Amino acid sequence: MQRTPLYDTHVAMGGRMVEFAGYGLPVQYPSGPLVEHHAVRTAAGIFDIDHMGQFELAGPDADLFLQLVQVWDIDQMALHDAHYSLLLYNDATVIDDIFLYKLDDRWLVIVNAANRAKDLAWLQAQTLGFDLTLVDRSDELCMLALQGPKAEQILQRLTKADLSKVATRTAIEFELDGFAAIAGRTGYTGEDGFELYIPAGRAVEFWNNLLAAGKEDGLLACGLAARDSLRFEACMPLYGHELAATINPLEARMGWTVSWHKDFIGRDALLKVKLETPQRLLVGFEMVEKAVAREHYDIAVDGQIVGHVTSGMKSPTLDKFLGMALVPAPYGAVGAEFDVLVRGQPKRARVVKRPFYKPRYK
Amino acid sequence: MSQFKFDKSMRYANTHEWVRVDGDIATVGVSDYAQDSLSDVVYVDLPDVGATVTAGKPAATVESVKAAEDVISPVSGEVVEVNAALDATPEIVNERPYEAWFYRVKPAATLAAELAALMDVDTYEKHVEAVAH
Repeated sequence: MQRTPLYDTHVAMGGRMVEFAGYGLPVQYPSGPLVEHHAVRTAAGIFDIDHMGQFELAGPDADLFLQLVQVWDIDQMALHDAHYSLLLYNDATVIDDIFLYKLDDRWLVIVNAANRAKDLAWLQAQTLGFDLTLVDRSDELCMLALQGPKAEQILQRLTKADLSKVATRTAIEFELDGFAAIAGRTGYTGEDGFELYIPAGRAVEFWNNLLAAGKEDGLLACGLAARDSLRFEACMPLYGHELAATINPLEARMGWTVSWHKDFIGRDALLKVKLETPQRLLVGFEMVEKAVAREHYDIAVDGQIVGHVTSGMKSPTLDKFLGMALVPAPYGAVGAEFDVLVRGQPKRARVVKRPFYKPRYK
Repeated sequence: MSQFKFDKSMRYANTHEWVRVDGDIATVGVSDYAQDSLSDVVYVDLPDVGATVTAGKPAATVESVKAAEDVISPVSGEVVEVNAALDATPEIVNERPYEAWFYRVKPAATLAAELAALMDVDTYEKHVEAVAH
């Protein structure tokens, strides 16, 4: 099991450590996942997300290469823009969902922890003939997320840079707490906030400084459970749940990420999928009958299993029993009903609009 | 000293349920160690009043942010009351595990033998120490 630079800090803070994507990370601190969740919605939370992979791409052919290997048109990105995208195989199945940062002289590509080795190997295999460098910076950089309506005012106490000028989905390269850092006004919670890239050697000191700086505003350290419930309410996909090699991006309703006017690996296969009527769709649903729908639970219509739950829980913010599921396309409409098999018992659910929680960005 | 709370008036199952007998009624809940292991409780699926529960068999389900866990009935009998407060405020299981009872039963004739098979508080405390480390 790998450890982030903050492992001992989490243990000292009473973090309940679990293995996630090969890393030892806190699923919660003593405050508990619900308190942590509400802290992010109302104040701020800090997450150790250093399990995420960070690749650096530079060189004369970096732009040409990046256009080819992911679905978003990077020609639409200005300096310091950040954007979500997908890596696809030739057959249009999803390798990973990623975040791109256009920096001064290079690109930063953020990938999921579980897919880091797979992504790097696949990207490297595509570099033949391109004049570029592709380097895994994951061990030198520590990635943290500071999320919540008070994120800006807290982080501002540790830098002279004017953070109010950093727009949503843009990045800043700046001096933070005495070292060079990158911050993206991005996140995975549905709140305003920053994802921070700092030198791994400064991680512990910075974590403590940030917690001290945010104490008066109610900043809390948050674990994986709160991260999951926050992203779930905002209907952000989690690889392995709403996105996977077995789910095409259109049925996952990620078609908005695809720039059809350019070429990219997987485009031909994805275009074929686009021209066909979708067989199944990702939906958001609310339980009509009280029950917690959990991932992998079957979806049934008239006793026949037709799909499965990809994520589900009782939403802490909305206080409703909600879920996401892959169901046959005719059940994709808002208002459609089906059963979720909860420990074998059919419990009625109704399709509702996504996202459950409307993100509140600046 | 244990980081968990215990209540001397109950007997405990090795699966961390408690039962307290008052006259001809047995009340069932889960221990402080159980609620801590579960993490934040968000819903409790209780048996129907009138249902029969059997010692050693699942009688309810407690849903936390983490997972769904069976509540194994420590005693057999007919359910005469369920704790309606758990519906609106399931968090009381975390806050006051020895007050946040799940259901009450009119025990079956096997009660004495079932209670004898459960642990007293000192034995249970040692059991928790053993499984918590």
